[in-house]
Amino acid sequence: MFFYVIRRLIYAVPIALGVTLISFLLVYLAPGDPLNAIAPSDAPAETIAALKVAYGLDKPLPMQYGLWLLRAVQGDLGVSIASGRPVAAEVLAAVSNTLVLAGIAGAIGVFFGCLLGALAGYWHGSGIDRIATFLSVIGVSVPHYWLGMVLTIIFSTWLAWFPAMGAGPGGSAEWLWDYAHMRHLVLPALTLCVIPLGIITRTVRALVADMLDQEFVIALRARGLSNITIFKHVAKNTAPTVLAVSGLQLGYLMGGSILVETVFAWPGTGFLLNTAIFQRDIPVLQGTILILCMFFVALNLIVDIIQPLIDPRMVRA
Amino acid sequence: MSSSAHISGRSYWSVVFHQLKHEPVALCSALVLLIIFFAAIFAPLLAPADPYATSMIHRLQAVGTTDHLLGTDELGRDMLSRLMFGGRLSLLMGVAPVFMAFVIGTSIGLFAGYVGGKINMMIMRMLDVFYAFPSVLLAVAISGALGPGMMNSLFALTLVFIPQLVRVAESVTTQVRKLDYIEAARMSGAGSFSIIRVHVLGNVLGPVFVYATGLLSVSMILGSGLSFLGLGVKPPEPEWGLMLNTLRSAIFKEPLIAALPGAMIFVTSIAFNLLADGVRSAMDIKR
Repeated sequence: MFFYVIRRLIYAVPIALGVTLISFLLVYLAPGDPLNAIAPSDAPAETIAALKVAYGLDKPLPMQYGLWLLRAVQGDLGVSIASGRPVAAEVLAAVSNTLVLAGIAGAIGVFFGCLLGALAGYWHGSGIDRIATFLSVIGVSVPHYWLGMVLTIIFSTWLAWFPAMGAGPGGSAEWLWDYAHMRHLVLPALTLCVIPLGIITRTVRALVADMLDQEFVIALRARGLSNITIFKHVAKNTAPTVLAVSGLQLGYLMGGSILVETVFAWPGTGFLLNTAIFQRDIPVLQGTILILCMFFVALNLIVDIIQPLIDPRMVRA
Repeated sequence: MSSSAHISGRSYWSVVFHQLKHEPVALCSALVLLIIFFAAIFAPLLAPADPYATSMIHRLQAVGTTDHLLGTDELGRDMLSRLMFGGRLSLLMGVAPVFMAFVIGTSIGLFAGYVGGKINMMIMRMLDVFYAFPSVLLAVAISGALGPGMMNSLFALTLVFIPQLVRVAESVTTQVRKLDYIEAARMSGAGSFSIIRVHVLGNVLGPVFVYATGLLSVSMILGSGLSFLGLGVKPPEPEWGLMLNTLRSAIFKEPLIAALPGAMIFVTSIAFNLLADGVRSAMDIKR
């Protein structure tokens, strides 16, 4: 197990480095000189030259990357062009809001996905199976930004049950676990949970249906074990795959929340990214992408490490 | 299978097509897609009005108004015409990136899988990095850095799908490469290129094709999503995602109209998914 963890950690390092490289290169993908993003186009030549030296842009590209990486590791992601504040602080505040939204949506999606999928898989081919399959097709097909609008129309405009915008009363960007804030969470979380719900329902259904056909389940039945005990065995065997899929989905939610956050004006990373893109605030864009992807890499690593704790066979594979 | 005797003379693809004819859900989806594609392609002939013609006095008219069957948008433009024209760009955003990624991804995957060894590992490790990006995030990052514009979002989406298709193509190629008949072909003096073209490609295309059809709805949702964020198609061009964005201000006054472009994306994407499911099970001839 120890060596397994070490191996996984070592495997994650080049991926993490690759992510930093791509995030770094985003600046060069942007049209024009990267300096255009920092200095106004009518700046005098000596100011531009001074800025070039200050930002290290006079050095060769690999060296720039090295310096940037060194600063990034120390938590210095540069300064926002639009607000002048450190990027790291801005991104972390937004990330925590996104994590609240993605975490709750993910939890709802995983819970109901497992429930629906298990029921559908157990009663394979029945009415509940059809309903679950139908729901999962809808879940993967619905444009979630549109679903957000539809939910707003129904629950905010017509029924006036839940607020349509923001993360708290009076447009507060600070998240608190109280009633007033939770009311704001309902619609965005419901919208966002549809994505993992569909995929997890599909996965669990296939897994459970497949598992129930296996010989060990027939053997358990033959020994006269109750349905609940059999369910425990099936659950234990499906758990690693479900965990892997759920982990991936949570990661996708952090990215996918960009669109939903825009619909609900949720003050998270999606909102930040959107503003950054339209203000051409490349350091913020870069920092947000980098931090979100690092979360994703870490999440995959955690899933990889938890999996063999549930199923020891995985260590040998 | 009892009918195997009378279909044995046909090619693989005609068997697939034959099986597909017996899937009612897939057939209905194909029909829906056909109608949507037809309406989009022939929009200049079919549309009742000019999709760009604004009218300040006819803003946000309800669905069912005379002259405007599906009402008008926030600038008084005919919704039905805009939805028909909008399908052109939205469908393009769904199909073009998947097609390009299909061509490029299959080529890279075939190459990597056939060459094998260190080169294969290097290519696959490099692509692993792209897997560390959630696809929406990667698409937004690339088209965000490149700046708004339709070509940029097409490029971003293509780049998002390539690693996934490479992975499918590579894994099939690696499996096929080890089979005896490839070895036999090599011994009979066939060159690498003709082995790939004649013996490997046929095996690889199927799985990659199935995977790619599953991506159509993803591409459509993501592409319209980029336009929804303002990163894709620019106004006043009609496109479903962009229309959804500009109509957001109308959700209080005319919610039905505001929701229409999204409903089009939804219907198209469901049809893509159900058709992809049908193709997948039709191509699974082992059943």
